[in-house]
Amino acid sequence: MDVVTQMQRQLIQYTSSLFQEGFLDDQFNQLQQLQDESNPEFVVEVVTLFFEDAERLLNELSKSLQVEQESIDFRRVDAHVHQLKGSSSSIGAQRVQRVCIAFRNFCEQQNVEGCLKSLQEIKQEYSLVKTKLETLFKMEKQLFAARGSISR
Amino acid sequence: MAGGEVLRQNLPEKLEESPSGANELHVLAVDDSLVDRKVIERLLKISSCKVTVVESGTRALQYLGLDGDKKSSIGFDSVKVNLIMTDYSMPGMTGYDLLKKIKESSVFREIPVVIMSSENILTRIDRCLEEGAEDFLLKPVKLSDVRRLKDFIMKGEVKEGEKRCCKRSRSEDCSPSPMTHPCDSSLLSSLSSSSVLSPLSPSTLSSKKSRL
Repeated sequence: MDVVTQMQRQLIQYTSSLFQEGFLDDQFNQLQQLQDESNPEFVVEVVTLFFEDAERLLNELSKSLQVEQESIDFRRVDAHVHQLKGSSSSIGAQRVQRVCIAFRNFCEQQNVEGCLKSLQEIKQEYSLVKTKLETLFKMEKQLFAARGSISR
Repeated sequence: MAGGEVLRQNLPEKLEESPSGANELHVLAVDDSLVDRKVIERLLKISSCKVTVVESGTRALQYLGLDGDKKSSIGFDSVKVNLIMTDYSMPGMTGYDLLKKIKESSVFREIPVVIMSSENILTRIDRCLEEGAEDFLLKPVKLSDVRRLKDFIMKGEVKEGEKRCCKRSRSEDCSPSPMTHPCDSSLLSSLSSSSVLSPLSPSTLSSKKSRL
């Protein structure tokens, strides 16, 4: 029983820290509200879709910015960032979303350096939030398993 | 085409009957983002709506039978949709383009269309409302948005049934329909402030904005 309580506490603390550090915002709570016994994996499913979407978009962004500066298609870059901003906002990945906003401004200004800097930042923030969410899901899974083994 | 319209008006309540018999709202959701499609589908299902989700305006028109295929353009017994929720920014056909096409259709123009957008741009909101959008939701869409919308649409559906009954009784014989409600002059005046049928007046627009 102690172990389970400890795990519960750790999970709560970890989740809390993600909110405090701005990795997640209220939209993540909204998603959790949509999860229930009929859809017990909903949050993991949506977040997984986000990971796939984000990785695809980051690839596209890297490709679009790796060309000769004069031939950068800012509209295309902006379109990708807009999509990433949208999906990160939909799962509550606040820090990723914020960098997207800055990135879009650079696109509008056709500021190449700004764009390249933003791309690096986004990759970092994405990598961070991905690791954190994967940790969170792992903790949930372990807690669930621990609870299950006790109730038997 | 006129024949199809008369037939449509004589149809009973548009609310979709689910197998259990309870009246269920059927919502058509349109979004090019996979993540958003998953979320909106869940938001609607958890709010007890029947959901059809498509990835583009083109697909939405195909589903409704508005894609120029003459055979399906008189779709009174094919598709029954009570609400359309569409993303604004989509490649190819935007949500605004889709809104226009729906409002141009004599068969589907009465279906409320709600625009969803991540961008809070006043001119965009105005454009959509002026084109006949029922509401404009800022993304990410929340459960409370969907619930509020559902309540509003459900009330509208009941009033529409009553208003159709009144319209018919004025111009032609009103044959008894399964859900006949007494018509009320106060009901009709309150109907003019809801946007489902009446053209948008400045006061309606400002009341919409205050809801946003």
